[in-house]
Amino acid sequence: METLGAFAILLAFCLAIYAFSASLVGSIRKRAFLIVSGERAVYAVWVLMTTAAGILVYSLMTSDFRLAYVAARSNRAMPMVYKFAAWWGGQEGSLLLWSWLLSTFSVMVLWTNRRKFRDMMPYVIAVLSFTQIFFCTLNAFIEPPFQVLAVGKGVQAVADGNGLNPLLQHPAMAIHPPMLYLGYVGFIVPFAFAFASLVTKQPGEAWIATTRRWSLITWAFQSTGILLGAGWAYAVLGWGGYWGWDPVENASLLPWITATAFLHSVMMQEKKGMMKVWNMVLISATFFLCIFGTFLTRSGVVSSVHAFAQSSLGSWFLGFLSIAVGVTTFMIIKRLDYLKSEAHLESVLSRESSFLFNNLILLASSFAVLWGTLFPVLTEAVMGEKITVGAPFFNKVNIPIGLFLLLLTGVGPLIAWRRSSWESLKRAFRWPTVFFALTIVGLVAAGVYHVYALISFGLCAFVTVTIVMEFFKGSRAIAIKNQMNLLRAMVELTHRNTRRYGGYLVHMGIVIMFIGFTGAAFNKDTTKEVKIGEHIQLGNYDLQVKQVVDGDNPNYSWQRAVIGASKNGTFLEDMTPERRVYVSSQQPTSQVSIRRRLHEDLYLNFASMSQTDPSAAIIQVYIFPLVSCIWVGFYVLLFGTLICLVPSKVKYSYARTEVVGVYAKQAQPTK
Amino acid sequence: MKTYARFTLLVVAIVGTLAWLAASGINESKTYYKTISELKQLPGGEATKRVRVTGDVVPGSIKRDGERVHFQIAEKGHPQILNVVYTGKDPLPDTFRDNAQAMADGKLQADGSFQASSIAAKCPSKYEAAPGGKPAAQPLNGAKPPSMS
Repeated sequence: METLGAFAILLAFCLAIYAFSASLVGSIRKRAFLIVSGERAVYAVWVLMTTAAGILVYSLMTSDFRLAYVAARSNRAMPMVYKFAAWWGGQEGSLLLWSWLLSTFSVMVLWTNRRKFRDMMPYVIAVLSFTQIFFCTLNAFIEPPFQVLAVGKGVQAVADGNGLNPLLQHPAMAIHPPMLYLGYVGFIVPFAFAFASLVTKQPGEAWIATTRRWSLITWAFQSTGILLGAGWAYAVLGWGGYWGWDPVENASLLPWITATAFLHSVMMQEKKGMMKVWNMVLISATFFLCIFGTFLTRSGVVSSVHAFAQSSLGSWFLGFLSIAVGVTTFMIIKRLDYLKSEAHLESVLSRESSFLFNNLILLASSFAVLWGTLFPVLTEAVMGEKITVGAPFFNKVNIPIGLFLLLLTGVGPLIAWRRSSWESLKRAFRWPTVFFALTIVGLVAAGVYHVYALISFGLCAFVTVTIVMEFFKGSRAIAIKNQMNLLRAMVELTHRNTRRYGGYLVHMGIVIMFIGFTGAAFNKDTTKEVKIGEHIQLGNYDLQVKQVVDGDNPNYSWQRAVIGASKNGTFLEDMTPERRVYVSSQQPTSQVSIRRRLHEDLYLNFASMSQTDPSAAIIQVYIFPLVSCIWVGFYVLLFGTLICLVPSKVKYSYARTEVVGVYAKQAQPTK
Repeated sequence: MKTYARFTLLVVAIVGTLAWLAASGINESKTYYKTISELKQLPGGEATKRVRVTGDVVPGSIKRDGERVHFQIAEKGHPQILNVVYTGKDPLPDTFRDNAQAMADGKLQADGSFQASSIAAKCPSKYEAAPGGKPAAQPLNGAKPPSMS
């Protein structure tokens, strides 16, 4: 079995090399049969990678402890779901998942475009295959997943495995890595098309139009992955937060930021023919940051609370990255003539300018995050001394950036293309500004003096009003014209231009998330050593420790504190924070108990029993106001993204798009 | 051209502000990596710097005392032991236990102990063993009987 798996990977590696060279040579020498055989090789690679992945999953499910990977990541007592999730519980399996996803995406791209872009496709395949070669190299030679446990010459199985890390035995964690990987791997598709259009000197925006859905879906996966990670950190890690500016978290955030910038700036290219070089740079940067993120999490270059792998992978990733960056930079410089802007910036008060600032600020943010993440590496190289920066650095830079972005979210969509007059601005922003001011005055009157929080809540009101006004104005016009009710008209309005109104919904999601982030300014916490029967007070809450019970099951033993929570004298419920020790790994973990409400979460952690007094427990209590808004906002964001993916009822065409169509016909005379 | 001049001015202002924020953020939170022996030899003037020190948690040394946690860390291959007092607000990570590799951020106190405001811990069984190590060939981390403390 394992031999077959290893062999499949090796064969996939060879076929990926073939697909790469056949596509390139076939395209340069104009040999159609080579191109076709290259395409078929891509399908074959997928079959082989699927075989390898299937064998690994089968071994995990059947607890085949002869395999080192299975023995280290799984054990018999684990539920089936986590046996499956153990696929990405370790280094080798994670990389195999990456590789498999890549081959799957390649096949999907190939199939959906099998009759389109005949001139561009060989280069798209070349880019995909080149990356596939790299990951197959890792799978086949550096981190092989099919190593058996051997003593002397005999293969030996252990009686039971180590088990999946208990921290990973959580539903959010079971799907967080694949989501993030889908987001990481997916950006190779827009990148491959961008690169291919550079090579084949495509004049238009064909690559942006074809990969718009890919980019959006991938972006949605990435957002989901990041949010699941945050939710997991909040509910499982038990360090009382959802984001810690840890290198691994930063690694997932970096491509998300550049991708967000990309999703905005392509609109400039589609509508105005501007920022063509910039978009090339952005999509390349996004893809490279995806690879870089995998590199950071998989190589252990920067130490992290996530305590990820230390391995020799680093130099391979760096090699791959430098080749990719080098070739891409060379191609962009060589094709600069084809990327000339078709329009100029006319005014600082214009839609164009708001897009530019959006991009500038997003890039500044990603640069700051990258800088902070790599600070220890940089200072060691330059000054010979390792210095690290912590959360205060990231917060200090990114909070103002976030607030400025929030402002642009409100301003950008309402401001006119080309130039805006002060008069029209006054008209558009009168009500939003009134609500901005009212919110701040109201909050100050209620006793909130935190400056950033005031600005943030004010801006949230500002943006919400602009979005509501947009929906209201548009749907009222439709309602009057077609005599529908307002709600129907709103659906109709959204359906007519899904991109625009879906985008507004995404913005609304971001606003709600910002309300949640701002809640962190009002967090409260306390840690107390309490005996059974004693009380803890925090804010309006009163918590009484009623008893501590323990027990066990085959997977873990547990100890649970039963704590009665009341607020303002009214009893709410019994909460049960728990400590577990997993049998196979002897790893203790905490199960925090959270009472989630929209306006605030009560969060209890059972830290341990006291050493000095065996009858006392150490309980940590936190109040996190508004934190639920983050998750609610995320669902709105996801819903908005889905709306964006629905085709618009009315096709909006621009004069420029037709030019592309004419060229595309000329470019495919062979068809 | 006036538009571009205005634009440049705005961009410079924004980037400048951010750079200033970044610089002050770095100064506020920069933390030096030191080993335990380096930490003990720090000249008096530098002892006020924020330092990140790494070491293995000495078995049996973790003591809780209300909100504070006392423990000792030792450097591999060195006899020196550092007394650490954790005064941070965040709950300690689950991976923090006897023999775990702990990373403490904080400042050296006048009495030679180390006051940590944040602790990160690496558990050897998480994700992967050190390079070259065969994960399953290790004892299954069961050297110590389970303890709930």
